[in-house]
Amino acid sequence: MMQLVFDKKDDVLIVKMIGELDHHSAEEVRIKLDNKIDETGLNKIIFDFAGVNFMDSSGIGVVIGRYKKVKEFNGKVALINLKPHVKKVFELGGLFKIIKEYDSLQKALVEF
Amino acid sequence: MFENEMKLEFPSKSQNEAFARVVVAAFASQLDPTIEELSDVKTAVSEAVTNAIIHGYENTQGTIVLKCKIEGRKLTVEVIDYGKGIEDIELARQPLYTSRPELERSGMGFTVMETFMDTLEVESEPGKGTRVIMTKEFKSV
Repeated sequence: MMQLVFDKKDDVLIVKMIGELDHHSAEEVRIKLDNKIDETGLNKIIFDFAGVNFMDSSGIGVVIGRYKKVKEFNGKVALINLKPHVKKVFELGGLFKIIKEYDSLQKALVEF
Repeated sequence: MFENEMKLEFPSKSQNEAFARVVVAAFASQLDPTIEELSDVKTAVSEAVTNAIIHGYENTQGTIVLKCKIEGRKLTVEVIDYGKGIEDIELARQPLYTSRPELERSGMGFTVMETFMDTLEVESEPGKGTRVIMTKEFKSV
């Protein structure tokens, strides 16, 4: 189960992810995210993973899928507050070659 | 040498991905694992069960068998399905390969299992099913 909390700062969509991200929860997360992106028209997304206590490789698909979606409109995706375990899965998937991770929301908003 | 084992059967519903990994973590907890070791095992189990649901049974109803064994400080986890099977195991195990690109899967399932566990064996017969056997030795505390 996964809860999403959306926030907006200037032209950036901030998504707090709370719960466990696996194949089961990914389906719903994907739909909610795409609806929000379409509804707001925002193409810069910061994913806050502070509340994600478990993630398997389904998370790689979710992030890359959204990255591909906003990239069509010159958008960007960034990640913040990754727990060591989540980071390990993303690293294995080679995610950091295309998507940047920041230590804090402030840093991400400045450099993003 | 300390030994223990368990066996569990459940339907191939995606809700059971979380159930399966929590069960294995609870079983493995008698080995006093570190948080990292436990996360690794949970992730590997999640990948194996997800594969059985998406690829083995292609989201239709089937039974998944989960077996765990402890021998000393070694945990063996088996995830068995009686679904479609894998035609080319070598190809399926390659990083980034996915047989269902339309599903937005990363193709990293077997790579995660291989990396997060010590050993991974995949046995499969098309039309009969797939058996994934993983082991991990827990460090002494």
